[in-house]
Amino acid sequence: MGGIWVHGELAPDGSLAKLSTEVATLARALAAETGGTEVTGVVVGTDPSGAAQELARYVPKVLTVTEPLTGDHAAGMIVAERLAALAEANATALRAAPDGPVASHSVFGGKLITESALVTGRGIVTVRPNSITAEPASTAGSVDAATVAASLEQPAVPIVDRIEAASKAASIDDARIIVAGGRGVGGPDGFGLISDLADALGGAVGATRAAVDSGWIPYSQQIGQTGKIVKPQLYLAMGISGAIQHKVGMQTASTIIAVNRDPDAPIADFADMVVIGDLVEVGKALLAQLRARSG
Amino acid sequence: VRIVVLTKPVPDPASGGERLGPDGRLDRANSPAVVNGNDEYVLEKALKLIEAAGEGEVILLSMAPANAPDTMRRALAMGATKGVLVTDPAIEGSDTVATTHILAAALKTLEFDLVFAGVDTSDGVAGLVPPGVAALASLPYLSYAATIEPDAAGRSVKVQRITPTGYDVLEAPMPALISGTQALGEPRYPSLKGIMAARSKELTTLSLADLGIDPASVGLEGATTKVVDSRKPEPRGATRVVREEPDEAARQVVALLVERRLI
Repeated sequence: MGGIWVHGELAPDGSLAKLSTEVATLARALAAETGGTEVTGVVVGTDPSGAAQELARYVPKVLTVTEPLTGDHAAGMIVAERLAALAEANATALRAAPDGPVASHSVFGGKLITESALVTGRGIVTVRPNSITAEPASTAGSVDAATVAASLEQPAVPIVDRIEAASKAASIDDARIIVAGGRGVGGPDGFGLISDLADALGGAVGATRAAVDSGWIPYSQQIGQTGKIVKPQLYLAMGISGAIQHKVGMQTASTIIAVNRDPDAPIADFADMVVIGDLVEVGKALLAQLRARSG
Repeated sequence: VRIVVLTKPVPDPASGGERLGPDGRLDRANSPAVVNGNDEYVLEKALKLIEAAGEGEVILLSMAPANAPDTMRRALAMGATKGVLVTDPAIEGSDTVATTHILAAALKTLEFDLVFAGVDTSDGVAGLVPPGVAALASLPYLSYAATIEPDAAGRSVKVQRITPTGYDVLEAPMPALISGTQALGEPRYPSLKGIMAARSKELTTLSLADLGIDPASVGLEGATTKVVDSRKPEPRGATRVVREEPDEAARQVVALLVERRLI
């Protein structure tokens, strides 16, 4: 292989986005598989040095390009498409094959995994968040500044203001444990118990679209097709039926435990454990035992 | 304002009726289709904007097999003014790169102030077409919109973009392309009146020849990627069903958490 480049994306605070540490780990693994292919990180921003230092913990060489561009979660995708040779979107894994890398994708709500290869042997792969566990390299890499002669025909879009969300809810993006509630929770008050369970377990509160649409909990906590895709160690699903639109966001959790009144709910087909019962009664009993354990 | 909404007919995620052809690709013509969920949210926002302005047009733009008008009629029944469908047998098997080029070419045939698109689609979940079309059409791109506010003069648009910690407020001159999510608000159900009206709404069909696109540059032949394998994911292990009283059930849950070192 000719070489692998890793785009280091900036988080809103200017640090390196977690997703980029995952992508860098994936790139390093692919480089090792293909006999030591060179891996180069690139960080573009008004002040890229901090993020570049972080990226250098994962790859042997990082270049910084200082530019007044906007930081954007979707910026990686813009970069990808602009380079036109784009290929594999939202990959969940990447492996070496004789004719070049082959990327895996989870499609149709996780019902199917497809593998596809680049026709010309080169291209761009975007990676789905939380698909890879990031691991720094044994030794840190170098950081050097670079300049590029490039012009954008596409007008830049400035960020004119930043708004911090009013909700103080813990983020579900990287949570090790998530306690999630669905329509069965019954109302905003019911989320008090969900939140207490999350506190007792040291986790974050998640929700289905039905609970968010009902206004019981903010959209930032929504898991599923039109919300976030998460991969926690433990997913405790309270009053969640497990419809495909929700399943797509949490089916790769390591352990799934569901509490549901309905033994025929779809979640019973893919949970590790399903407790058939009233979620308030079971939830309260569980909360009491968890609190007793932690003393 | 004239708003073009990119709408993709996708296999109904709730039906489980996706049909795969012998080559492992989706048989779109024979899978029950709905309007992509994220596209319905931006369509709803577009309808609200022209209703609030008291004038304007919402134009649907789709690239899909020839049976797509059935799905597009539903979006027209929600209140869109008219639809444009790019369809051609040579399009089958197109990847995101070809799709982007085709939609950008179709956009050139339309007059508009804004273009809306769902951030991604529920079938392939790539999310690459909206930024790609914006890049090819040299339009400012505003992504992950939770709110969309064009100014009264129709010269610029403000968007609150969802970030991990809140929102970025973005501002761009019009025309611009905006991708949005569920945070824009629940889409309406078509009314009976809307369904009746949709039957007679204008639905134009364009072929690759109409757009001046070489058929060899799209479809399977022009794809930059090829599917080499498709399979069902590994099933998860067996499910333990607990039917005991709450206290005992909770004890079993705690035992599993301890066993798996989760607490």
